[in-house]
Amino acid sequence: MEFDVVIIGGGLAGLTAGLALQEKGKRTAIVSAGQNALHFSSGAFGLLDAEDPLQAAKELPEHHPYARIGAENLPKYTEAAKALFGKAGIALNGEPLKNGWRLTPQGGLKRAWMTLPEVDIFPDKEAIKGHKVLIVNLLGYLDFNTSFLALGLEKQGCSCRIETLRLPEMERLRENPSEMRSVNIARVMDSAWIKVAAEIKTLVKDEDWIILPLVFGLKDATVPDRIREAVPAKVLFVGTMPPSVPGMRTQMQLKKAYEALGGTFLMGDEAISAKTEGSRVLSVSTRNLGEVKAAEFVLATGSYFSKGIASDMNHVFEPIFGADVLLDEGRSAWYDPDFFSPQAFLSYGVATDGQFRVLKDQAPMDNLHAIGSVLGGARSLELGCGAGVAILTALSVAETI
Amino acid sequence: MTLQEYTSSAHNFEECMKCTVCTAYCPVVPANPKYPGPKQAGPDGERLRLKDPFFFEETLKYCLNCKRCEVACPSGVKVADIIQAARIRYSKSKPKLRDRILASTDFMGTLARPFAPVVNGMTGLGATKAVLDATMAIDKHRTFPKYSFKGFESWFRKNAPDQTRFPEQVSYFHGCYVNYNFPQLGKDFVKVMNAAGIGVNLLDKEKCCGVAMISNGMIDGAKKHAAHNVAVLGKAVDAGRKILTTSSTCTFTMRDEYPELLGIDNSKVRDEITLATRYLYERISSGEVKLKFKKDYHAKIAYHTPCHMEKLGWGVYSVELLKMIPGVEFTLLDSNCCGIAGTYGFKKENYEVSQAIGKPLFDQIARVAPDFVACDCETCKWQIEMSTGLQVKNPISILAEALDI
Ligand SMILES: Cc1cc2nc3c(=O)[nH]c(=O)nc-3n(C[C@H](O)[C@H](O)[C@H](O)COP(=O)(O)OP(=O)(O)OC[C@H]3O[C@@H](n4cnc5c(N)ncnc54)[C@H](O)[C@@H]3O)c2cc1C
Ligand code: SF4
Ligand code: SF4
Repeated sequence: MEFDVVIIGGGLAGLTAGLALQEKGKRTAIVSAGQNALHFSSGAFGLLDAEDPLQAAKELPEHHPYARIGAENLPKYTEAAKALFGKAGIALNGEPLKNGWRLTPQGGLKRAWMTLPEVDIFPDKEAIKGHKVLIVNLLGYLDFNTSFLALGLEKQGCSCRIETLRLPEMERLRENPSEMRSVNIARVMDSAWIKVAAEIKTLVKDEDWIILPLVFGLKDATVPDRIREAVPAKVLFVGTMPPSVPGMRTQMQLKKAYEALGGTFLMGDEAISAKTEGSRVLSVSTRNLGEVKAAEFVLATGSYFSKGIASDMNHVFEPIFGADVLLDEGRSAWYDPDFFSPQAFLSYGVATDGQFRVLKDQAPMDNLHAIGSVLGGARSLELGCGAGVAILTALSVAETI
Repeated sequence: MTLQEYTSSAHNFEECMKCTVCTAYCPVVPANPKYPGPKQAGPDGERLRLKDPFFFEETLKYCLNCKRCEVACPSGVKVADIIQAARIRYSKSKPKLRDRILASTDFMGTLARPFAPVVNGMTGLGATKAVLDATMAIDKHRTFPKYSFKGFESWFRKNAPDQTRFPEQVSYFHGCYVNYNFPQLGKDFVKVMNAAGIGVNLLDKEKCCGVAMISNGMIDGAKKHAAHNVAVLGKAVDAGRKILTTSSTCTFTMRDEYPELLGIDNSKVRDEITLATRYLYERISSGEVKLKFKKDYHAKIAYHTPCHMEKLGWGVYSVELLKMIPGVEFTLLDSNCCGIAGTYGFKKENYEVSQAIGKPLFDQIARVAPDFVACDCETCKWQIEMSTGLQVKNPISILAEALDI
């Protein structure tokens, strides 16, 4: 097989790049070994955990992907990101140039850049103070901790009441307790939401907020809004334990939009090795297809979690190309024995030049670009920049190809 | 040896990180609450079963072996292999007569074919269906695949145009379906290959690939078939020939289930077995083969990717070949199991689940309203034809009708 561009990895970064490149008229394929980090998304995208993220981006060290893009270029890509998702049918909440706040499952607030349509984003912290809240769970669902949530909200000066719904539609699921998981419930809720909305109407007293677990809108993205319209109070949806229903739907929507633009999504296939000549990649070899050729290659294989970066006792490496990895010398420098401190190893990833061309033996590969969490130096967990790095590096690389 | 090699089992259940993504993509879970789901039935259950086989549950039989869990797993766990291997190892339930009959595709074919008109007439009758339903638990809603009076093999020996005139030769593993039920697909295959300048050979007596035996717990039979097939495929490989197929399931079974589930070493032949669509696409894109199509061919086609094709990752070849035909209006249907899973959907106890699994697919086909559906799997064909009323054609047959010869 032969394409203009082959993207390895079909997560947020790979799909964003694929969409942008198809729009430019390139013939692309995405090879994706398995599902990705979107399936664990809170429903909120992080840009940078700071009061003014675009200002703070200017202070980042040179290895950080935002420094590579150039802080002055970030605004154009953050705007483009919102537009690109909009075209794929995903109306993100929030402002591309600012941070807001989202409600956490512990009833606290966390900074967020933009959120998936069903997740509320508040411009300031005052917004969650002093509400009368009705928290509604579904009987038997354990991955949504209502007491935690209530405790957190009460600290913010809210008063909370908890109710549990028992729906006949859920009884079938309850036969198998281990399967009372977000996605399985969400499948039922694509039609049973009407009953949930009706029940809530009878439960509400003087509450102005209703909080529901994020188990709505798996196949039918309109369900959360329809519940909002049907209930006479503001409805908020709060994240649950994985898998993430809005994340999984977003993955499906992006993939569909990508295929509608003519992209080829090779689900469940894995790039194993590559053929190179000098500083050019000629082809990658995949488990299912054998040799796949292209003029340009994009590495979007994620971090340890997705096996884009792998490790053994003494090495941290990139398995397909053997690319250079940014890391500290000596195993003892990799981690802090205090589990909750920032861990150095989490920042390790592929080394690139200023245009995200992958370095191998310290020299850039002409036609191999790295994007998303496979990149070194992002420290995304600590800085809260995971989705931002994935989307913005993808857009920046798509522009240069 | 790396650390991983010391710590991984054959189907690497210990690499599971308990994320439940597999369960989220399993088609059976939403349709059948009795099924524990791939995570529970696979890596979670395996831990317990290794401690004590007592923990084996017969509900694992509800798994379709569609491999969608494996395609989705971020950790590369061979979830479905774990489940099937557990059934093979621990299941105490013996296959029923009904299961044996459904699974013995080639034996049944040999018996039924000489009486094809009678058998077809009978299995088509409401009364027979009711009897099968009551006595054998074969669901009465099912339409039986028709048996063909004359098998593909005998047609090939007597009527196939001379194949020796082509310098390039391939071997064709036609499978039971082409031989007993639908020789036309085999004839179409010969036509397309010949148009591409390639001659066709048959193997030295192939046997059913064994997929139905595997899913019905007849493992000894499946192993015998696998060993026989590997031997005859080996002869073709020794003669320097590729082995082409027109069924994604037979292909997948012979390439991956033989070593993973049956423990049959197929390393010599595995990489030589490939779908005809893949072979053709590669020859066309390298410029070695050129096909000439009719100028006035028109068809609105919706392509369904069978589960095992999804696992093979080769749907892309069929899709690209169909898109090559001028006058084709093409839709790729969403990735969704049709629900039949070989013999699974024929069983009375599975009928409703089977139809519920396929419903999103049937609904989408109704919305797209194609002239016909394209698909590389014979059992998907039965299911989709029965459930949508539309005809289902193998991409090779579509090429054959669009070729200008
Ligand atoms: C559990 C978890 C939760 C997170 N939650 C959030 C959140 O709520 N908000 C936020 O902003 N950020 C979050 N992040 C950060 C997250 O990393 C980014 O938001 C972003 O999703 C990363 O996207 P990506 O495309 O770079 O990588 P991934 O999403 O990891 O995708 C990489 C893909 O590449 C594939 N792949 C790997 N190797 C190969 C190969 N050899 N061949 C083919 N394919 C291959 C993988 O299978 C995978 O599909 C989270 C991260 C994790 C791990
Ligand atoms: S998807 Fe893979 S890692 Fe996740 S629970 Fe299933 S088997 Fe385990
Ligand atoms: S093989 Fe298919 S039916 Fe069986 S557990 Fe996996 S996804 Fe479910």
